[in-house]
Amino acid sequence: MLLWGSNAREAHPIYFHHLLKGIEAGAKLFCVDPRRSSSATFADVWLGIDVGTDIALANALGREIIHAGLADRAFIEHSTSNYEAYAAAVEPYTLERAAEITGVPAPAIAELAHAYATAEKAQILWTLGITEHHNGVDNVLSLCNLALLTGHVGRWGSGLVPLRGQNNVQGGGDMGALPDKLPGFQRVDDPRDRGRFEAAWGTPLNPSVGLNLTEMFEAMEAGTLRAVYCIGENPADSEPDIDHARQLLRGLDLLVVQDIFLTRTAELADVVLPASVAWAESEGTVTSSERRVQRVRAAVPPPGQARDDIEILVDLATRLGQTWPNTTPEALWDELRGLSPLHAGMSWDRLDAEQGLQWPCPSLEHPGSPFLHDWLWADDLDDRDPAPFMPCEHAGPAEALSERFPLRMTTGRVLDSYNTGVQSDGYESPLRSGNALDVSPADAECLGLLDGERVLVSSPRGQVEMPIRVQPNLPEGLTFTTYHFSDLVDINRLTNDTHDPKSGTSEFKAAAIRIDKLTNDMLTNDAAVVEPASHA
Amino acid sequence: MPELHLTDDSANDAERVAIDAVIDAPHLDGSGSALHFETERLARGGMAKAAGLRHLLLPSLHALQRASGWISPGGLNHIAERLQIPPAEAYGVASFYELFRVEAPEHDGPAFHVCIDAACQLAGANEQIEQLRRDGANAHASPCLGQCEQAVGVFVQRRSVDGVDTAGSTPDPDAAEPVIPQQYDPALRLLRRVDRHDPASLQGYVGVGGFKALAAALRMGPVGVLDAVTVSGLKGRGGAAFPTGAKWRAVASEVADQKYVVVNADESEVGTFKDRYLLEYDPFALIEACVIAGFAVGASKGYLYIRGEYPLAAHRMQNAIEASRNAGFLGPRIARSSLEFDLEIRQGAGAYICGEETALLESIEGFRGEPRQKPPFPTTHGLFGKPTVINNVETLLNVLDIMTSGAEAYAALGTADSTGTKLYCVSGNIARPGVYEIEFGRTLREVLELAGPFDGEPAAVLLGGGAGTFVLPDEFDLMLSFEATRASGHSLGSGVIMVFNSATDFGAIVTRLARFFRDESCGQCVPCRIGTVRQHEILVRSGGQPSSHEVQLIDEMDKAMKDASICGLGHTAATAVQSAIAKGLIGAPA
Repeated sequence: MLLWGSNAREAHPIYFHHLLKGIEAGAKLFCVDPRRSSSATFADVWLGIDVGTDIALANALGREIIHAGLADRAFIEHSTSNYEAYAAAVEPYTLERAAEITGVPAPAIAELAHAYATAEKAQILWTLGITEHHNGVDNVLSLCNLALLTGHVGRWGSGLVPLRGQNNVQGGGDMGALPDKLPGFQRVDDPRDRGRFEAAWGTPLNPSVGLNLTEMFEAMEAGTLRAVYCIGENPADSEPDIDHARQLLRGLDLLVVQDIFLTRTAELADVVLPASVAWAESEGTVTSSERRVQRVRAAVPPPGQARDDIEILVDLATRLGQTWPNTTPEALWDELRGLSPLHAGMSWDRLDAEQGLQWPCPSLEHPGSPFLHDWLWADDLDDRDPAPFMPCEHAGPAEALSERFPLRMTTGRVLDSYNTGVQSDGYESPLRSGNALDVSPADAECLGLLDGERVLVSSPRGQVEMPIRVQPNLPEGLTFTTYHFSDLVDINRLTNDTHDPKSGTSEFKAAAIRIDKLTNDMLTNDAAVVEPASHA
Repeated sequence: MPELHLTDDSANDAERVAIDAVIDAPHLDGSGSALHFETERLARGGMAKAAGLRHLLLPSLHALQRASGWISPGGLNHIAERLQIPPAEAYGVASFYELFRVEAPEHDGPAFHVCIDAACQLAGANEQIEQLRRDGANAHASPCLGQCEQAVGVFVQRRSVDGVDTAGSTPDPDAAEPVIPQQYDPALRLLRRVDRHDPASLQGYVGVGGFKALAAALRMGPVGVLDAVTVSGLKGRGGAAFPTGAKWRAVASEVADQKYVVVNADESEVGTFKDRYLLEYDPFALIEACVIAGFAVGASKGYLYIRGEYPLAAHRMQNAIEASRNAGFLGPRIARSSLEFDLEIRQGAGAYICGEETALLESIEGFRGEPRQKPPFPTTHGLFGKPTVINNVETLLNVLDIMTSGAEAYAALGTADSTGTKLYCVSGNIARPGVYEIEFGRTLREVLELAGPFDGEPAAVLLGGGAGTFVLPDEFDLMLSFEATRASGHSLGSGVIMVFNSATDFGAIVTRLARFFRDESCGQCVPCRIGTVRQHEILVRSGGQPSSHEVQLIDEMDKAMKDASICGLGHTAATAVQSAIAKGLIGAPA
């Protein structure tokens, strides 16, 4: 198991139990992470790469696998394309060069390459450490290349496993909550796909691809996006360069927020629609990381004026002059099954009886699909094109370290808190110690800082005051914090809003910062520094 | 194990040095830290490595206890960090054992553990504790220390700066007094080398015929050894009387990358001290027997688990292991053959339950000594989950005779179902307490006559140990064999013969026995955890004379403990009490 850019122990604690079972059964765990995270403490080998050097490491692994003769030639021949270009692209990534870029000793890189390539079964698991970079898509592709090189994909025990942060992130995308997709990953700009929905709904649909979140903020800035209907998202806390983001939200003509809590974004809204909690007060389905669609059932009625998301949307449609027919959860699900071939075979009864089904499940007779990519092993590839290698080049973080901002700051999650804290801050936790900036012992000593000391942390975008925590799990030069506690410290004042144009995801994982000791002058005047942006 | 949450306490230099010395010393199953940083950006460790080094916990705790006189939080943190064991879990292991103190000692001096179990109770243990305390010493009441023949037994636990631990009276090498009462008796088999050679000298052992059994075994080959042990009829001397040949065959037939021989020298049954003599006075013989066992079953590693209260035994065995290694009787290419076998000592730390074989395995592996659910049995899933022969010291020493005199000659001794000789631990109200060896099939009276005369009028003998039964004078013609004792509702157990005269307060003796089981229950199985407490409470409440209603309660608890405990402790915790009631030694007359 190769856990890469993921602290699943804390961010995916339930899933991590499955990894622990594997470890118990004798599986080896390699962990690639700039920090020796709590997940890495379970690993046989921890490779502490420098932030943003994932592609250099992946390419060097690929080169070593090729040079050691460990590539699965038959699989490459049969199931992939573009191998020659990939082999040429990784050729410059010698172990020595990768060691220089990543900071991890060359023999350990070779060891990982051999262990991965020669394992009977091997999985690469990743999360935001891979994706929250300005080149996150390339990071993912560089890992996919390794699976194609060794045939560790599309069969039992092997595969590529991006861990989802919530029980239904997968379901959100499946249902079309993407700017370019309709439900079932059908393209909104493909006339045939779109036509199916237009016929079913009896209305023409906007054929142009929409905006992702990052682009929306750009559009707000450009003045072309004037009204936002925000459902279950808290951008006023979660966006990078947060002062700027809040300013843009405040400048909208109309902001409608539908959420289960009065989030900071909701505080900025013109209209707030209180919603019921999906996993306790609503009927419907969720879809897990392994594409398994499962039923969820309401256990309690929603409190006060909170209403089910479907009811709110249906009422809104009614106010807008539409009459939507049967909108029970089952009727809506059946409508989806008629429109999304991936889900066609998943009747409500089957979901109940079979405790969930994995898509694709195109017919009522179909058992569901445990492997998305088992076609790679079919004699005729199921008439598909072979999977292409996608060569990628190392780029490093967008924001280089400088004399002014000499330290790297990366962000992540901790066990007992969740994202911006909307859903977790209301609960006490004996583990929670508030927001601090983790600093390596070497840096703390160099800067003359004591554990717990409050400092001024600055990036090119802003500055916050916060305490430091001296943590031995960090290499020199790296700092780490979370953004669970935006009430305490607005960490996204510091993060970089540079984003990957292919995914729209910002580079939360790599900012350049400096740490300054607080002078007496600042100590008396700290309110000016830490005061959260006033709410509209 | 990962995710250590250490407190701020840190070890002092002496603690660190002592712990590191143990962790970094070579061990049969690996040593060193469970986590290793090669560079600032490369660490090796993981659960597999931490699990593989977990067995270093018990020796590390010993090192800390010796260095500091207790399991200090800082020292515990240091162990936890080096072995990657969560400190709470390491604390759980430390607190399991009597000899590890988890609270700062109020006393700087050595700890005097004074035995208060039956034989020592008769000899005035409580008065001795009071006397020690009056003298300002740090005295604790202790369960049986295996010194019943020299009651009152005392074990002195010291910090390393204050010298080594000692138990009992220091043997005087120039004393005319023989070590065993049957000295020079030509009929002795197991005890024949005791006091006939220098136990510190390998040459001395060779001089009394040492390593001839190994030579014979090498000639026979593993199958020949297995056949001989089977034909000899040898049965385990630890109490269960399981046929040794069958056990060895089971392990020999397993296919595994590693197998183990484990010696159970955690002799803790109340009234038992025979193995101590073998360990202290014939250490090379045990090593020779272990090598033969390893040869027969295909095991290349062995552990010798000696109870913590036997410092001299551990010292002499350690010396014998090193001498044997230097002389090529342990290690690779033993006696210039292709045979490889090595042996390592693990010291217990004061826990009766660790004499139960699976609890002993747990203890070696670095866990609390809680018995395992069986099956699987150690023959298939033993130490570190590998096929394991685990035998008592006395059992193993019998193998030497079987090798040198032949299985048939061995089987000719004793009875049909109990072949060979048996060691008995005679103590209590009798003139010459000590360890005795006689052939199976002789009577209890014959042993008592060897050790006699009685001190006072005999009232009863406790046969088999704290988990054994009382034998009244009219039964002294009881034949001592596995089958005859079983037929009469008794058990040889570990060979305990403890004599009580008519002045004995049996209520107090039995109440103390109940207290022993209450203290020593590991607490894993509810019937035993609760039952041993209730049994003791009844005896305390009734002043050792339970009413007929209370007798019925004890009987019900006994049934529950027998039915629903996973190990012998629960099965036998009420045996002596029940026996005392049945024989009219305590309780209202029937």
